[in-house]
Amino acid sequence: MNTLMEFLVGTFILAFRGGKKYYAWMGSLILIALVGLGAWVYQLKTGLGITGMRDPVSWGLYIANFTFLVGVAAAAVLLVIPAYIYKWGPIKEIVLLGELLAVAAISMCLMFVTFDLGHPERFWHLIPGLGILNFPISMLSWDVVVLNVYLAVNLIVPVYILYNAYQGREPNYKVLWPLIIFSIPAAVSIHTVTAFLYNGFPSRPFWNASILAPRFIASAFCSGPSFIILAFQLIRKHTQIKIQDRAIFKLAEIIAYAMGINLFLLIAEVFKEYYSATVHLAPMKYLFQGLEGHNELVPFIWTAIAFNTIAFFLFLTPKTRENFFTLNLGCVLMFIGVWIEKGPGLILPGFVPTPLGEMWSYAPTVPEVLITLGIWAIGLIIYTLLLKVAIPIEVGEFRQIKDRLHGIVGQNQ
Amino acid sequence: MSKHNVSTVDPKKASRRKFLKGMAAGAAAAALPVKALAQGSSGFMTYGSWEEYFQKNFQEMTPEEVKATLKRLEEKYTKQYGKKVTVKATPPMENVLFGYALDLSRCIGCRRCVYACVKENNQSRRDPQIHYIHVLRFENGEMEFEKSERYYNPEKVPEEGHYYMPVQCQHCRKAPCVKACPVRATWTEDDGIVVVDYNWCIGCRYCMAACPYEGRAFNWLDPKLPPEELNPDTHYLGNRPRMRGVVEKCTFCIQRTREGRYPACVEACPVGARKFGNLLDPESEIRYILENHRVFRLKEDLLTEPKFYYFFG
Repeated sequence: MNTLMEFLVGTFILAFRGGKKYYAWMGSLILIALVGLGAWVYQLKTGLGITGMRDPVSWGLYIANFTFLVGVAAAAVLLVIPAYIYKWGPIKEIVLLGELLAVAAISMCLMFVTFDLGHPERFWHLIPGLGILNFPISMLSWDVVVLNVYLAVNLIVPVYILYNAYQGREPNYKVLWPLIIFSIPAAVSIHTVTAFLYNGFPSRPFWNASILAPRFIASAFCSGPSFIILAFQLIRKHTQIKIQDRAIFKLAEIIAYAMGINLFLLIAEVFKEYYSATVHLAPMKYLFQGLEGHNELVPFIWTAIAFNTIAFFLFLTPKTRENFFTLNLGCVLMFIGVWIEKGPGLILPGFVPTPLGEMWSYAPTVPEVLITLGIWAIGLIIYTLLLKVAIPIEVGEFRQIKDRLHGIVGQNQ
Repeated sequence: MSKHNVSTVDPKKASRRKFLKGMAAGAAAAALPVKALAQGSSGFMTYGSWEEYFQKNFQEMTPEEVKATLKRLEEKYTKQYGKKVTVKATPPMENVLFGYALDLSRCIGCRRCVYACVKENNQSRRDPQIHYIHVLRFENGEMEFEKSERYYNPEKVPEEGHYYMPVQCQHCRKAPCVKACPVRATWTEDDGIVVVDYNWCIGCRYCMAACPYEGRAFNWLDPKLPPEELNPDTHYLGNRPRMRGVVEKCTFCIQRTREGRYPACVEACPVGARKFGNLLDPESEIRYILENHRVFRLKEDLLTEPKFYYFFG
């Protein structure tokens, strides 16, 4: 058996080995994923009409989640910067955990957009050469390019590091560093391009604000690191990876600054619309106050603002930031807050009122929610499996056994 | 309900109904995904053949490929609807740029144009009924879209103190939808008509987000078109039967206007509010209107430069 085969078989075995908690976690995720896939089959069979979307609001829960997760994917890699600046011990591990999260998040993004297509089986129309990619005219074509490049980079770097570690070698940093450096602007670009996707339409005044891209980046620095703080604690509890408290608290501090900027940009946006009070105010009124009796988003957005503000102060104050209870509470509040703000809170007011002034309330249907939960479950499965393989390699538990021809790996697991 | 005063299926009701239906069916599908796919003859794999699945973008087809495609589609539709259907691909005429003008002082808001359009262009008839034309009712003295009403439903039109503004695809010279499409499934033809290749559209609906005029509709479910209501005289880029999951729109009745006829909405208008013609022909009625009336276009500030003009005659 050659090295690659051994490696693959070894990873396969690793994925299936685990304690009761591991099986329970994976089992419930697989169950949710299967229900979601079943609902997707129903959607494929019947059409997108099974969702709550209609012509007036032609994007909904799927695109909302897509937008949010692009932020998570971007921020996961941007962690490299503080990790490098503040010298958080072995930077390789942090890069690795971040890039693997990016892989999971981007996979979810690609699923959300694919499941949102009327004809997912025509995806080949997007492939240059085979089909026609309207590049560089269509902003959506930019998004297709940057997301796929980003996914590729974030797959190559960890696989390269891990495959070398598995063979007991240091990776060639002459190859690795340029890729890691490249992944930083790439992370900024995926979120900028995703913002531009909405930003470029004068038909949708709520999105047509130049503040959108900076706000996207700022809020990504809140949601992504919030997830990572929680994930780091779980990882260091259940594995031998060592992550210092210092690194976690620094992350919380960065979140505080990012949320400060995000709230400031929000105020700038709200001021401009409310004070000038042109027709462009309508979508913002719909979001914050309700418009013509349509106030379904109002409780959500105020929850988001409350959560984000509370979390902001929890992370700003060193005392609460360095207390794991308040820290984790802040992470959960922020993750939910940013999801509302950048998910449904961004997508829906883009459509309502419609360009010809129609008020129309969107609400997701049950199959739509099941599909969404299914994609989240698949994303978490991907992240869990990636960590399950990556961590034993990093801590040296999963290594190639060189003196045995058929040496199967990970005997000490 | 008389057809004069029904604008569209109430989307709220339609969505509630679908919601309930969806709950039941969602659970069923979740239990039996394999069976569900196997039964999916009406599912997303509605291609009659591999040729159809691998069909090129219309703009890239050779004349032979166009011919073969039209023949294949004719056979498919003829079989599907049990009556002879023709699919043509009449090209643009030389030196023609189509333009449209609508006289707001004449329009009485009867929606005859809306229904003539549905009939001519083979739109889905229900769940939901797809309309290319939205007639907005304004109170006199207003022209703010958010104060308009499209679900007006009086005994008789026109109503005292109101005027009406029908809006459809404005066939912009700088069309935001064409710019948006990631696969060039929608484009502007040489005669100025913005068209969609339904077999190339991936159904991302980015064009719908881009359009400032709500000129585009999506087939959320299988279009419901009873064979007896099918208009068998069709154009590849126009009124041929659509499939679920693609975007469609007004094509100035490409199947008619490229043969020198008027769009169905122009013919249906009982008060002559709708004018159509060749912007390049100095003798045309549309040119007369542009030169002798003060015309305006919707949302001029967006600089989309529509070829659809409004005026008060």
